[in-house]
Parts: sequence; structure tokens; C-alpha cells
Amino acid sequence: MTLKTIYEKQPEVFKFSDKNLKIAEDILKKYPQDRKKSAVMPLLYLAQKQNENWIPLSAMKYIAKYLSIPYIKVYEVATFYSMYNLSPVGKYLVQVCTTSPCLIRGADKLLKVCKEKISTNEKELSENKKCSWMEVECLGACVNAPMIQVNEDYYEDLDEKNTREIIESLLKDKPLKPGSYRGRKNTSPENIQNFNGKINYDQNRR
Amino acid sequence: MIKTEDKIFKNLYNQYGWDIESSLKREDWKDTKVIISKGREWIINEVKKSELRGRGGAGFPTGLKWSFAPKEVGSRPHYLVINADESEPGTCKDRDILRFEPQKLIEGCLISGYAVNAHVCYIYIRGEYFNEGKRLQEAINQAYEKKFLGKNAYGTGWDFDIYIHYGAGAYICGEETALLESLEGNKGQPRLKPPFPALVGLYGCPTIVNNVETIAVIPTLLRRGSKWFSSLGKPKNTGTKIFCISGNVNSPCNVEEEMGIPLKDLIEKYAGGVIGGWDNLQAVIPGGSSMPLLPKKICDTITMDFDSLTKVKSGLGTAGIVVINKDQDIIKCMARIAKFYKHESCGQCTPCREGSGWMWRILERTARGDSTFSDIDLLSDVTKQIEGHTICAFGEGSAWPVQGLLRHFRKEIEKRCSGTPIVKKKRNVPYLIDQHLLEKDNA
Repeated sequence: MTLKTIYEKQPEVFKFSDKNLKIAEDILKKYPQDRKKSAVMPLLYLAQKQNENWIPLSAMKYIAKYLSIPYIKVYEVATFYSMYNLSPVGKYLVQVCTTSPCLIRGADKLLKVCKEKISTNEKELSENKKCSWMEVECLGACVNAPMIQVNEDYYEDLDEKNTREIIESLLKDKPLKPGSYRGRKNTSPENIQNFNGKINYDQNRR
Repeated sequence: MIKTEDKIFKNLYNQYGWDIESSLKREDWKDTKVIISKGREWIINEVKKSELRGRGGAGFPTGLKWSFAPKEVGSRPHYLVINADESEPGTCKDRDILRFEPQKLIEGCLISGYAVNAHVCYIYIRGEYFNEGKRLQEAINQAYEKKFLGKNAYGTGWDFDIYIHYGAGAYICGEETALLESLEGNKGQPRLKPPFPALVGLYGCPTIVNNVETIAVIPTLLRRGSKWFSSLGKPKNTGTKIFCISGNVNSPCNVEEEMGIPLKDLIEKYAGGVIGGWDNLQAVIPGGSSMPLLPKKICDTITMDFDSLTKVKSGLGTAGIVVINKDQDIIKCMARIAKFYKHESCGQCTPCREGSGWMWRILERTARGDSTFSDIDLLSDVTKQIEGHTICAFGEGSAWPVQGLLRHFRKEIEKRCSGTPIVKKKRNVPYLIDQHLLEKDNA
């Protein structure tokens, strides 16, 4: 389980914007009428998006009222799942996968770059408040290891050098393009002709 | 070796385009109406005859699972739930299906939804796959436009709706009952079984939960017939499977192959071989991090299917192959996996919640060379105390990799151990909670 810290300075009130209220209504339509509680997860996402990528306690209370369920039920969901941020994060949240498949391909080097460029400790804002980083568990792109996730986008097939470039671009607020950084097509085998001194890759098999 | 025409996922790397027009060219949605008009019994029987086993890790026969759902709809509606909460370290196959073959999944949902009497289908995607979910939603919208979904879907007279629900970064929600809890808006903590979801599932209604890959192969299976499907692979381990080969290989990749292909072939032919050559291989995790690792000796000859891997006390799991070569510290590697399980334990059952932390700490200090010989037995004891004493299979999933390490790399661990028990040394070790009692002043 993850340790979650509630931010000290909480805003007093939270309300969905008019646009988000409409989205919330659409979300409710997905679930049976007497099962409004199911919408708690998507609504928490919506609140997180509206409030600069973190969820204040007032938003949980608001959602509880909106769905007519007890506040604690929203609170326990928000604290259980790791993707709900309960304290402010940077505009660009860098998540570095460090689980074994990424680790054995050098995820620790990416961590080093993050510590150097963004902040010494995880979950802290960078000096210009644009970025923050955290270590996360498997992000499900093991074939493209090592990789990082910036907000919603995956940056794959990285090494120390291009991670540094990506993070510098984030700090400058001009993010580079997501995707593979070795120029391969998604998860296909790379066309390297000479592995270990013998040719064993057949072009036709692709 | 699989022939190109036998491949089910032809667009695995997005060579041909993912949108509905391109997938129609690849024969998706062909004869769907004919298949559905043959009726429920026929569909379930075909799937049973094909011996298709679930692709989510447990390998349960899909046809059998479907036949557990009540034949007639009673007072409660039936649901179909697709498990796209792919979080097993080493596995990334569902992601490619969601991104590049969404129509196969959607068509599979309609057919299997019809077969189990469900009008509503929820696809539970892990929260990190935001872009993949967006892509799937586009694909669903395209299918709605073509009237393949919605009221009277594809002109079959069956009403069918698909909704996407995002998870939020909890590995445990890949367990089917935890997934249902999460879908109901609760913490993702697994339920006691029985009753199984087929009878009491989502909102207390009969629910069939299947993996993305399982459902995505259904349309092709039914179009080409169960005979074709079972001609691939080995008996009881039929069909094709997407293998994800990651770790210390020259060219990590996803590839679709027949079940029962030798592991060595997969690594050498598709992934470009182990970095440093086959002799530099140390171990392979054959089926996602939950499955015990295999040493090189077994890897030389093993074939990749459910039954052969069970025989060597491992498992096919999700077919996420993680290759570890001799440049890596195997204990550190497993300690990291133990940390993953410590992080992801839902906290419901004590053996798993506490035990996963213990295993991590023991492995971590072994990796540092701080452990004693008795730690090895302690570690083995802890794994035995977790295994079989938890509500869901997470307990086994966290204990098995450590047991595998002990089984095959015990000598490696012993090399790191020193004779002196840790408590005799005056050292500040924060995880020994009672250490303050060892200090004279406190004793």
C-alpha cells in the first residue's frame, strides 16, 4: 500500500465547473440508476483534472454529496488508489517505472537524471514549480523499457541522454513528443541484422 | 512456428491502421450476424471444443466459464466485464490490442455478450492507459456509427452497449472480484469465493469476467472454427498467444506465436537473442512476475504452454517473458519484485499484507549481504505462510517468485550470507522494531 499524505493547505470550497457538471452527468449515465456510487472513480478523476492535477478534501466532500454517499466512502477510494494525487504535483508529473523489467534495462539511470534535474526527493516540485517526479510500479510497457510517463503520455526506449533532453524540455514548458526514442514502430522487433555475430532475424517475419 | 495466415492479430504493430475501415479490410466484423444466428449453445460449444484457455494468467477454460452463467435471465440482468487492467510486470500485450486491434475486442464483446445473455459490457482499463482508453473509445464510437453496437447491434436483434471504466493504479484490481468491487466504486479488495462472479458478480448479478486477449480471439476462432484453433499449439494448450519478451535481450518485442513454442526459439528468433549470447543467460521469468523463475538449464528445452510450465513448477501466466542475464544481480532483481508486491498488496489479509513486507526486507538485506543463514529458512517459511492463506491469488503471486529463487538460486543466496545473526551486531536497522530492547538502557 502507498503512503498518502493529505496536503496541509486545503482550499475551502470546491465545485465542478459548468462544463464538468455536464461531463459528470454523462458519466452517471454509464451506470445503472440505482448504482450511482460506481461513478466515484471517474468523478475523482474529473475533480483532479479541474484542480490542477490534485484532489482537495473539499472535492471529496462535494463528490460525496453529488452522489449522495457518505464522505468516508469517497475518502477511502481516493486514498486507496495510487493515481489520485492528494497533494499538489507539478504541471508535468514525471512517473518513472522502476519495476524489474525496467530496472534491468537501466531505470536507475533515469532516476538519477530526475534527481539531478527536478528535485532530490520524489514528490517535490522543481525550482520553477513546473515539474515533479515519482517512482511508480510497472506501467505496462515492459517491452519498451526503460520508460517514463509524463502526465498521460508514454516516453519509451529511453537512455540517460534522451531522458535528460525530455526533462529539460518539460522544465522549459515545451514538451518533446512522446513515443519510442529509438525510432521503432511500437512493440515490433527492431531490425538489427547482426546479433551476437550471427544473422538470425528474418525480414519476412515482421 | 506460426504461419502468417494463422496469425489472429495481424495489426499488432499498427502496420495497417487501427480504424474501423482498415480493420474491416482485415475481416473484422465479417459474418458476425451468421455466427450469432447460430445461437448461444453453438457458440459456447465451439469455444469449449476449441479448448481456449483464459489469457489473463490462470488459464481457466473459457467455454466452461461461460457455461456457469445461468441459462435464462432471471430477475437480475447479466453483465460482461472485460479485464484490461494489465499491470503484471513483464506484460504489455493487452495494450497493443487496445491500441491497434480494438475492433477485434469490440466484436468479441458483442459475441460473448450475446453468448452469456449480457446487454451491457464494462471494459475496465488501468488508469495509466489513458491514451489507449481514448483510442478504444474512438473505436467504440466508430462501431456505434456503423450500428455494430447499440440497439439491435449489427442487425442481430440483440441490444448491446459497451462502457469504459478507468482504474486508478491498483495492481490488485486485475483480480476479478477486486475489479468488480472497484467497478462498484469501492476500494479494490477481493471478495471471498464462492459465490463466483458467474452467479453473484457485479451489483450482485451474474457476471462473466474475461481478459482482453481471450475476448479478442473469439471472433476469429468462431469464423475459422474450433478445429482450426485447436490444430494450433498442443492438446489442452491450443491456439496462438501474444508473447512479450522484455529484459536483457537485444531486441525486446511483442510477438504472436503458437502455444508450445520453445522458449529458446522465441528469444533467439524474435528477440534477437540474450545480450552477451545464450550462455550469458542467468534466468527467465516465463509468465509475468508472479511466476517462479527458471534457471538456464530448464530454459534450454522448455516449451511455452500452460502444462509444460506447470510441470517445472512455474506457469505460463500472462506470457510476459523477462530475460535476466548474468550481468544482473538476480537477488536484487527479485527483491525489486518483492517490493512491487509489498507496494501493491491491498491490505485485506494479514499474511499477505505483512508477509510481502517481510519478504522484501529479507531479500533486500540479502542483496546487501547483511543476512544470516537462518534468514534463508525464515524467508522460505514466510512464503509458505502466505501461500494458500489469503482470499485471492495475490498471496501465491507474491510468494511463488521468492520460492522460485530459493529453489534454483539457493547457493547464490548462501554466498551472500554471513554467519553472525543480525541482532548481535550493534547496528541501527530500522526494520527490527524491537531493537531498542537490545540496548542496555532499555532492557
